Amino acid sequence: MKQTIKIRCELLLLLSLFISSSLAFQSDELLIEEEDLGSEGGFPDLAHIRSSSSPPPTRKRYSESDQDSKIQFSLEHAFGDSDFSPAGIFNARLKTWNHGAQTLTKLRFSRNDFSEVEKEKFQNLLKGDDFYRIRLASNVLSSPSPGREYVISSVKARCLPRESLDEHFVIHMEGVNILAVNYGAPGACPHPRQLKLPAKWSFKSHTVLKNSEQAPRAPVFSEDILGETAEGEVVPPPERSFWAKYWMYLIPLGLIVMNAITQAMNMPEEQGGGQAQQPGAAVQRGPTPAVRRR
Amino acid sequence: MAMAIRVFLLSLLFLSFTDHSFSLYEDQAGLMDWHQQYIGKVKHAVFHTQKTGKKRVVVSTEENVLASLDLRHGQIFWRRVLGANDAIDGVDIVLGKYVITLSSEGSILRAWSLPDGQMVWESFLQGSKPSKSLLSIPINLTVDKDNVILVFGKGCLHAVSSIDGVVLWKKDFSAESIEVQQIIQPLGNDKIYVVGFVGSSQFDVYQINAKNGELIKHTSAAFPDGFFGEVLSVSSDMLVSLDSTKSILVTINFQNGEISFKKTHISEFVEDHSGIVDILPSKLSGVFAVKINTLLVFIRVTAEGVLEVVDKINNAAAVSDALSFSEGQQAFALVEHVDGKVLLTLKCSHDWNNDLLKESVEVGHQRGLVHKVFINNYIRTDRSYGFRALIVMEDYSLLLLQQGATVWSREEGLASIVDVTVSELPVEKAGVSVAKVEQNLFEWLKGHILKLKGTLMLASSEDIAAIQGMRLKSSEKSKMTRDHNGFRKLLILLTRAGKLYALHTGDGRVVWSLLLPSLRKSGSCEHPTGLSVYQWQVPHHHAMDENPSVLVVGQCGPNSDASAVLSFVDTYTGKELNSLGLVHSVAQIIPLPFTDSTEQRLHLLVDTNKHAHLYPRTSEAIDIFQREFSNIYWYSVEADNGIIRGHVLNRNCIDEVVDEFCFDSRELWSIVFPSESEKIIATVTRKLNEVVHTQAKVVADQDVTYKYISKNLLFVATATPKASGEIGTATPEEASLVVYLINTVTGRILHRMAHYGSQGPVHAVFSENWVVYHYFNLRAHRYEMSVIEIYDQSRADNKDVWKLVFGKHNLTSPISLFSRPEVIVKSQSYYFTHSVKTIAVTSTAKGITSKQLLIGTIGDQVLALDKRYLDPRRSVNPTQAEREEGIIPLTDSLPIIPQSYVTHALKVENLRGIVTVPAKLESTTLAFAYGVDLFLTRMAPSRTYDSLTEDFSYALLLITIVALIAAIFVTWVLSERKELQDKWR
Repeated sequence: MKQTIKIRCELLLLLSLFISSSLAFQSDELLIEEEDLGSEGGFPDLAHIRSSSSPPPTRKRYSESDQDSKIQFSLEHAFGDSDFSPAGIFNARLKTWNHGAQTLTKLRFSRNDFSEVEKEKFQNLLKGDDFYRIRLASNVLSSPSPGREYVISSVKARCLPRESLDEHFVIHMEGVNILAVNYGAPGACPHPRQLKLPAKWSFKSHTVLKNSEQAPRAPVFSEDILGETAEGEVVPPPERSFWAKYWMYLIPLGLIVMNAITQAMNMPEEQGGGQAQQPGAAVQRGPTPAVRRR
Repeated sequence: MAMAIRVFLLSLLFLSFTDHSFSLYEDQAGLMDWHQQYIGKVKHAVFHTQKTGKKRVVVSTEENVLASLDLRHGQIFWRRVLGANDAIDGVDIVLGKYVITLSSEGSILRAWSLPDGQMVWESFLQGSKPSKSLLSIPINLTVDKDNVILVFGKGCLHAVSSIDGVVLWKKDFSAESIEVQQIIQPLGNDKIYVVGFVGSSQFDVYQINAKNGELIKHTSAAFPDGFFGEVLSVSSDMLVSLDSTKSILVTINFQNGEISFKKTHISEFVEDHSGIVDILPSKLSGVFAVKINTLLVFIRVTAEGVLEVVDKINNAAAVSDALSFSEGQQAFALVEHVDGKVLLTLKCSHDWNNDLLKESVEVGHQRGLVHKVFINNYIRTDRSYGFRALIVMEDYSLLLLQQGATVWSREEGLASIVDVTVSELPVEKAGVSVAKVEQNLFEWLKGHILKLKGTLMLASSEDIAAIQGMRLKSSEKSKMTRDHNGFRKLLILLTRAGKLYALHTGDGRVVWSLLLPSLRKSGSCEHPTGLSVYQWQVPHHHAMDENPSVLVVGQCGPNSDASAVLSFVDTYTGKELNSLGLVHSVAQIIPLPFTDSTEQRLHLLVDTNKHAHLYPRTSEAIDIFQREFSNIYWYSVEADNGIIRGHVLNRNCIDEVVDEFCFDSRELWSIVFPSESEKIIATVTRKLNEVVHTQAKVVADQDVTYKYISKNLLFVATATPKASGEIGTATPEEASLVVYLINTVTGRILHRMAHYGSQGPVHAVFSENWVVYHYFNLRAHRYEMSVIEIYDQSRADNKDVWKLVFGKHNLTSPISLFSRPEVIVKSQSYYFTHSVKTIAVTSTAKGITSKQLLIGTIGDQVLALDKRYLDPRRSVNPTQAEREEGIIPLTDSLPIIPQSYVTHALKVENLRGIVTVPAKLESTTLAFAYGVDLFLTRMAPSRTYDSLTEDFSYALLLITIVALIAAIFVTWVLSERKELQDKWR
């Protein structure tokens, strides 16, 4: 009990800080397109968070403020065909904008380490080159109900182990709804997947929150803009090298030169051969023009 | 400013170079293309054979086409295609010169000029309540010397002037709770009877003055047993209906405003009357027909309302309406099937035993049963009455029967194509007879001399006509063998009627057709529908002695959980090789990229329970399949729930029966679109058989980028639910369109992009590494087309030549989709003037030729648009290097160049789809557009750079060569002589 109160105090402090700061520059704050959050930073005190929170896998909502509120939602995992079980908690701030839209910011993730049983299951997955699956509820606010839809993602278990277990989440959000979660290794997963056990049975998690970006608009032209750009186009074309400019002349020239050289080389030989043949030819043709001269 | 003009001129010059890649000269029309016009399955037919003029029949069809056909030859005089939501409910002819159509559930009445099909007038009839729509044209009813058309629709009765379509009077029945069934106008009477049911057990008659629409009398009577279905009017004051138990016939007499019912039990006529009982809607005057299972019972109604059986006929196919052909004489046609022939009997309504006509006609066994029959009379040369019948068959074809023979037939099934695939023709067997060549030698020479004349501009006008005729009739293109260029193929078309057609690409003739027995109505399969057709077996190794075959997939019933039917058809002979009635349903069909030793392609059929079934069911297939077992992934789209799921095979099905060809699936990933903000409106993937020549794309400055080419990409477009209706129902603020590129193996969203203020309908095409899609921008009030191109960054650092030389590149390493993708996406939007019905892209054999988009426009034409216009790298001022690469300066809208209409002057009415088929010649592709009409052409998106054109004069070349050789000899001899003379000098 004491612990939770302490946490609350901390939270309040943090919150008040956050509110004040957010109020200061709220007007011109842009929608955050892509946030790379909760990388290794959250990792060292993972154990602490686990021991302190270790909550049931439900979401709690603290509504200390109208503007922002803190929410939690849990990550669940499954080994091959098994059922889903809790695997970690996402903590985030729910930000309510002036126009009523809500977005998640400041996402933090605390991952539960594998228990012995889970380790064994995971090793089985590694041996069988099977899928490790995770899921999140599709709406972070809705209360847990049986008919709720989950977004599921999976990866071949052999993609995860490096020194530790490296994982990478991309959570696609639309307001408070999670459209999809893409789960996998942070880098490549080369194709002939080798069986490799991780050196450390702990997770290195990276999380990216993604919102949809706006499509480029069709370009709009008006007369004067076209004129301006045309005017601005007066800059001379970049100077090209001599070779780039005149290669089409140089190559034939080179060929001609080479041809001339080979001919020049052959000339003396031919003359020798020619002279050897000349008598025969002369016999056939009769007197040569030189001889014919009167 | 001068610079601007220069830039403009330069770009114009550039455009003029690029744009003529597809356009043809006037005399080339019909050389490489063919066009066929159809009308669809006929619903109503009205004959117009009176007096002088052309004999014609006006028909309306299920494709919403109104057409006037030549009764002698079956050609179309004129044809009008109404909109998709404008179904025709009734057709008639008034004043001998107007065709009247009632459409859109009785709310639009139009008059068309009979000779040429011009619309004369159109009137919109207002009404509030959806109801049955009835069109009735009384013969002798006039109001102010104006013939009146009575129309009931949307709960109102209108009397409309036939001259100008003005509503003369209107009587609203929507306040009353009556469900109007019939409008009866007795001859020589100014009264109109509107009869109908209130609830199911009360019968009402309204007597209305035909002159002004005033209600004269309203009577009603209760019938406690209740009615079932509709009423049929037997005579001007007598109606017949069924009671709610469907075992009693009720005759309703409403003479003089008094309603009386008379019940007759069906068992009085037939012993066994369990089963389906129906009153046929044919108007036979005094007689009506009841169908009890397969037995057709004709029952006469006497003036007192007593029913007496006239005849019982088993397995009759169709009955026409009665036709009055002389004073008081009425006849109707009855069609039966007797030993594979159609037996047409014309009965006289009053004198049953006297058949006016009894003819047996052979119509061909591939047409199925007769569905409808319409009759018309004429006066024979011997002054007796003759009859002709227009029949609509099970395969939707239309035939005219007269004097015991088929006068003409139209294959109207081709107006409702469901799916298209292609088959190669047989390989030409060696040994062409010499005699044939010799016989044609003279012709050949003559042709070439003509062509030579044409090229040298010496040809007279007759010669030019002869050349043109020769080119059009060239027998080369309609041969039944494979050609070197791969232009000759068979198009295999599956139609809605369950008939399979093979059309020759050369001239569009039907090579064979097959009414699939497995897609015909039967006891086990009540409502069979054809779904799709796939290439099942394409022999390459045994191309000489094995025939290719196709797989036709259908299902028994309109819902996807109905059991599936498979049928295998030989594409050379058109015979069904085998058919399977399956126990499971079919939700998805996945042709796998594996073939067995007989070159049968493996197909995976996924049912609604997410079980995958492998076909063919052979042990060899299962062996091949097990090898690739872990590499088979698929996805399913649940558009209603807004969920896309990815699946992988798991293990054999666990069922009562062990089935080693059935596999369980496991869900790998899912994407859930929030139902309040996004609704899936379009999903597109790449074509499975598309060939990509190279992954690398050389861009300006000798740089290279790598296309992200994956067969497992899915394009999804979602729109806000509010904005998924028609354009104009949502404001720009509440509409948005989000597009996704999804990897279907891992479920990764590779790209996601929102178009705010835009809405569907979205038409998209996916090819290589790009998607082009078309949608409506509400803010700009215009249609837009956007392009997304996706490039692979993981291979981008392979540009170093030394890396390639020393083998330090990753170009040959296998790609795993489980790696984190490194892609960059480029996109750009452009305005496009047209709204679009469908988009396709050209495909060539090796994928080298540049691509063109084929856009099916709202005007039912096909427009070819170079893909380069939809390049996201277009900029306002491309650099010199970019210009050399072929990048077009940026414009805000895409050009529509009239010459680039592939369909030139023709229209493909109700265009539904465009299919492109690569020819063997790399530069060329065949484009087939289908709707109500069919159109096929040959296109060369980058011109035919790899072959000479067809009208290239080989003779001229030959003659030139011969002349040159002769000249060489002559000059040689001359020079010899000169030299000799010189020597003697």
